[in-house]
Amino acid sequence: MDLLELFDEGFTVSLRLNNLSVLQGEDVILQDISYNFVPGKIYMLIGRTTSGKTSLMRAIAGLLPLTDGEITFDEKNLDSLPIWKRDIAMVYQQFINYPNRTVLGNVVFPLRRAGLSKDEAKQKALAIIEKVGLSEFLDRKPSQLSGGQQQRVAIARSLVRNTSILLLDEPLMNLDYKLREQLREEFRELFTTTKKSITIYATTEPSEALLLGDELLVMHEGKVIQSGIPVEVYENPNSIQVAQIVNDPPMTILPAVIKNGEVSVGKVLKFNSPNHLKSQSDGSYQIGIRANEVILGGSGANSEDGIVSLVEVSGSETLIYVDVPVGEVVLQLEGIHDYAIGQKITVTINPERIFLFDMAGALCAAPGN
Amino acid sequence: MWAVVTSFKPPSAVNNGATFIPWVQYKPTLNGWKDILGISGYANLIPPLINSVIITFFATLISLILGCMAAYGLSRFAYGWKYYKNPDIIFFFISQRIMPPAVLAIPFFLLLKALHLLDTRLGLVLVLTSGLMPIVVWLLVDFFNQIPREIDEMAMLEGCNPFEAFRRTILPLSKPGLTVAGMFAIIFGWNDLFYALVLTFTNVITLPVAVVALNGTVTPFWTLSASAIFAILPLVGLAFVVERFLSKGGFAGAVR
Repeated sequence: MDLLELFDEGFTVSLRLNNLSVLQGEDVILQDISYNFVPGKIYMLIGRTTSGKTSLMRAIAGLLPLTDGEITFDEKNLDSLPIWKRDIAMVYQQFINYPNRTVLGNVVFPLRRAGLSKDEAKQKALAIIEKVGLSEFLDRKPSQLSGGQQQRVAIARSLVRNTSILLLDEPLMNLDYKLREQLREEFRELFTTTKKSITIYATTEPSEALLLGDELLVMHEGKVIQSGIPVEVYENPNSIQVAQIVNDPPMTILPAVIKNGEVSVGKVLKFNSPNHLKSQSDGSYQIGIRANEVILGGSGANSEDGIVSLVEVSGSETLIYVDVPVGEVVLQLEGIHDYAIGQKITVTINPERIFLFDMAGALCAAPGN
Repeated sequence: MWAVVTSFKPPSAVNNGATFIPWVQYKPTLNGWKDILGISGYANLIPPLINSVIITFFATLISLILGCMAAYGLSRFAYGWKYYKNPDIIFFFISQRIMPPAVLAIPFFLLLKALHLLDTRLGLVLVLTSGLMPIVVWLLVDFFNQIPREIDEMAMLEGCNPFEAFRRTILPLSKPGLTVAGMFAIIFGWNDLFYALVLTFTNVITLPVAVVALNGTVTPFWTLSASAIFAILPLVGLAFVVERFLSKGGFAGAVR
């Protein structure tokens, strides 16, 4: 029995990208991407817009021709398979449904194409529609549904076939805040039905990646610049770029100098090296601080006065952008606060929570958990 | 309106100064209509009507079938030779219409003669189709461009080959576009006089030719008016039917 399981482990089907590159004229869309995806896991692609997330998915689906490299699934080359023979489902950022079909018709369509009988298809479709909570709207056309409901139809359509590869391209992007939170919660439940498939999910939101992902791929300018378990990537971003992408709001980056066990940031901020920076040699560095770890107020040597340049309220949090002499510090506060632009406030940096990067942007030390 | 009223006038109401209001100013008669419907033995426009209906119908049908496929290809796939890309190809299509039909009349005449298709419905259908295709393609390319590509992609991901994707998802969405293109084709085909005049003689006479022929002979005004109304009536009727199709909205809800 154990041997059989081992046997299965060793020979599970996997989706493999080998040195995948896509060029469009002079533009590099994807550059030398190699990765191995295994079933049962949710892979989060995170990156800014135009970082190549969508292109990577389209390349896997066969919608974007490869310039170089290959895609194999179950040791078979996918490149030679036309789109309609690949076992792939995709959910788009926009809510794509067949506008001339009803909700039921939309979900039944892929099943009928797969060769199921009318009754079978209908039964399966009804089950999945119930799961996404649209049972009351069976006979509505997509145009008669709200945005969230339309996206649910699209999700139902992608789940119903039980494909071995499921691609979700920022499915929550165009939804409002509340709905996004709600659907995100539901995803955890829905994805339990996709145990046997490789789920690849693109997002720009770190919180989504941390919540849903089994593995995280950070993309930037067509390359995968870091991959691993989401929390580990979050705690140990290997470069400033990764740190900026996996932190929302982005990290504050300030120039710093380490000399004789003392860290100085600009002219005013100065403090003894915290433990995790003790082993660093003297020289110029860049430090990164998460917005929620900057402290408001304080009066020590690690505090500096600044001027509020922008205040943003998002959800139940307030973001304050503070101009200090060495740069701009982003500060995130729980709750809603009212600060006037131009107001003078003091910010304090907690030395224990500093990320240290060298001048090229590579990580030297992370504060740990 | 004038033509409608005139078509019911007796000779006295036309010849003795302007009159307009039937029953008040003159007693309406059906003489004009009897003349063109072959009842009085003067002329019969029914066979030309049937010819016109058949020729227009098939020319439109063929140009729609071929045109929608050509247009879909031009809308979705990139073709080209050196600097000439899809837009140039589309312009090439529509540029066929720049030429006055007179330029093409002789080549078409010789071509149909060689094929033994002169003075046949089939010959005229083929010639008309070549003239209607550009309009149909041009209108439909634009229409297909408005349908999000993601719909075809989705259909292909869900197991349709490109032809099935077109037939099962794009065509059903294209009803308004096909209706507009078909309407244009019908109007152009129905009103074609020149080709019908040149390429058909006695066996196949279309309605415009017959109407013009009436014009050329000594025909009273009321009969001419009746023939003009008779020639446009089918299109007017069709327009009312088509209007219902068109008002039914496009692809709202495909993409938000």
